[in-house]
Amino acid sequence: MTATDYDAYGTGEATEGTVYNVGGQDWDQIVDAAASGDEDRMVVNMGPQHPSTHGVLRLILTLDGETVDEARLGIGYLHTGIEKNMEYRTWTQGTTFCTRMDYLAPLFNEASYCLAVEKLLGVTDDIPERAQVIRVMMMEVNRISSHLVAIATFGLELGATTVMLNGFIEREYALDIFEMVAGLRMNMAYIRPGGVAQDLPPGAIDKIGDFVKREKQRLKQLRKLLDANPVFVARTKDIAYLDLTGCMALGVTGPVLRAAGLPWDLRKTQPYCGYETYEFDVPTVQTCDVYGRYLVRMAEMEESLKIIEQCLDRLSSGSAKSGPVMIEDKKIGWPAQLALGPDGMGNSPNHIAHIMGQSMEALIHHFKLVTEGFRVPAGQVYAAVESPRGELGCHAVSDGGTRPFRVHFRDPSFTNLQAAPAMSEGGQVADIIAAVASIDPVMGGVDR
Amino acid sequence: MTSQHPEQQAEQAADQLPAHAEEERRDQPIARTGMFGAKTTGDTSGYGKLVIRQSPKVSSPRPYGGPRTTGAEGEFDEIANELERAYPEFGEAIERVVVDRGELTLVIRREHLAQVAQVLRDDPKLRFELCTGVSGVHYPADTGAELHAVYPLLSMTHNRRVRLEVTCPDADPHVPSLVAVYPTNDWHERETYDFFGIVFDGHPALTRIMMPDDWQGHPQRKDYPLGGIPVEYRGAKVPPPDERRSYV
Repeated sequence: MTATDYDAYGTGEATEGTVYNVGGQDWDQIVDAAASGDEDRMVVNMGPQHPSTHGVLRLILTLDGETVDEARLGIGYLHTGIEKNMEYRTWTQGTTFCTRMDYLAPLFNEASYCLAVEKLLGVTDDIPERAQVIRVMMMEVNRISSHLVAIATFGLELGATTVMLNGFIEREYALDIFEMVAGLRMNMAYIRPGGVAQDLPPGAIDKIGDFVKREKQRLKQLRKLLDANPVFVARTKDIAYLDLTGCMALGVTGPVLRAAGLPWDLRKTQPYCGYETYEFDVPTVQTCDVYGRYLVRMAEMEESLKIIEQCLDRLSSGSAKSGPVMIEDKKIGWPAQLALGPDGMGNSPNHIAHIMGQSMEALIHHFKLVTEGFRVPAGQVYAAVESPRGELGCHAVSDGGTRPFRVHFRDPSFTNLQAAPAMSEGGQVADIIAAVASIDPVMGGVDR
Repeated sequence: MTSQHPEQQAEQAADQLPAHAEEERRDQPIARTGMFGAKTTGDTSGYGKLVIRQSPKVSSPRPYGGPRTTGAEGEFDEIANELERAYPEFGEAIERVVVDRGELTLVIRREHLAQVAQVLRDDPKLRFELCTGVSGVHYPADTGAELHAVYPLLSMTHNRRVRLEVTCPDADPHVPSLVAVYPTNDWHERETYDFFGIVFDGHPALTRIMMPDDWQGHPQRKDYPLGGIPVEYRGAKVPPPDERRSYV
């Protein structure tokens, strides 16, 4: 490798400065060439295929030695047109699309969308209690699995594979629960407009109870590994500082905001799905740094375990012990009549026997609901939930038809990622990794 | 809270006076024609000549109520009163106020957007310190105001939400930028520009953010096709989603 005039991407000459192309195994030459050059600053492309950028994120860094002078972010590599696609499907089919946005928190995507649709339909108060409790429980299991990945990848990006392995092992247990309840480990489209797709299968309550018991132990062990680990603390304490003023201006929500000391959590301040009836705390710290964000996430997982326990009580012996999991209104209540088979969610044999063998009207109704869908009165709403990363809002517009006229998601990863330059400019190159990891952006959600 | 949109309620109320309704409806622009999306084949359904006109634009009368109250003064009246006090040009700036499904929408003339947002953010009685982005909507039938930009605002201090909506015609797609008031809108406005072609005047660097820089067109607009190819399944061709039968 040498400083050359050849540009691998065919975009022509750089407008200024020397272009270095890296082919691998040639770092010494690059360092020598850069050292003998007469430029103070160097623009480095980090990503989009870099193991430490937390996904398909491109960082364009202007470096002065090891100091980051300027950080710019390039996104859009994972844009899949989910919002556009949803305009061509029925309201129910929309869940299948939006669940794939933030792929670490699929249930939150579904929840925000379904809450918006229910608000448009005016049926928010008609959702059965059992469905609401199941929603809350599944969301909290999802919050734990998402935070575990956040901390696991965080460890990996700082070079600690032990943390990564432990985080991913624990996440498997959460995914096993999703698989048992919803039929899929990810992107399950389990929360539907009107309720949830399927009641809990036998044995689910015990399995989730075991999960809670296990995680209580394992979170303690994870804390033992990290909380006072000198290497971890050195890499995270006082790194990527962003105070409350910065958070407010940049619209940052979620653990990053709570690590700046503001106990703002939509589950408490603007409750949905009955969160006002659960006892839990909103953990905060005042440190405004990466270490604080880690502490908030750990404490949030512990709070989630408390909520799950309360859900289990209600589902096994309390007010939500039995009952429907889908709204009574049969014009909306498709497709709760699905069954969980050994190969995932599918047709319910009982339902098929009913519509094919017993009731002509049921067949017509099924056909109309499945092919045409239900109509949603015209208007627009905004519904927000507290996802693991912050406020996940859904702006849904209906023109009175069977398909969304427009759905827009305010994804917290997208908004929070804007804060990365504010956190990292003026710091060391190594710290930008910690900064981005502490925001925990999921590129599927950023690009949608 | 009623499940019906005020526009629909107005529509149904008007339907009970047939002679009058016909006149009023005829003035409205055509929203869509036909049914099932069939345009090229013969009309065997009888729905082909169906003409759906857009429902008239509504504005809610006072009292506005609140998220859970209707028919009496509530939180929304408080917001409107405080805004009127803090921003004397209220009457001129606010085109319509719509209260629907427990949410307050202020439809603002675009010239006033930046000042109204500034007041909403800074006035201690209003204090909408967080803007949760901007969402574009394309209404091709809304002649003269085809493009809408919707800003959901959140006041953490008072725990309230309000929605600002501005419109601009397709021929002059300019809306003032709110980045100076809410820096968080930087990427959001780029996204809306990218997908709808709304130009946010005053944005520090309005470039595409999701699509490649040399992309042609703005994908989320209604006149931009979804695209796709037919898929063969068990010997039959399944057309792409935007060419399938639809029940609009």
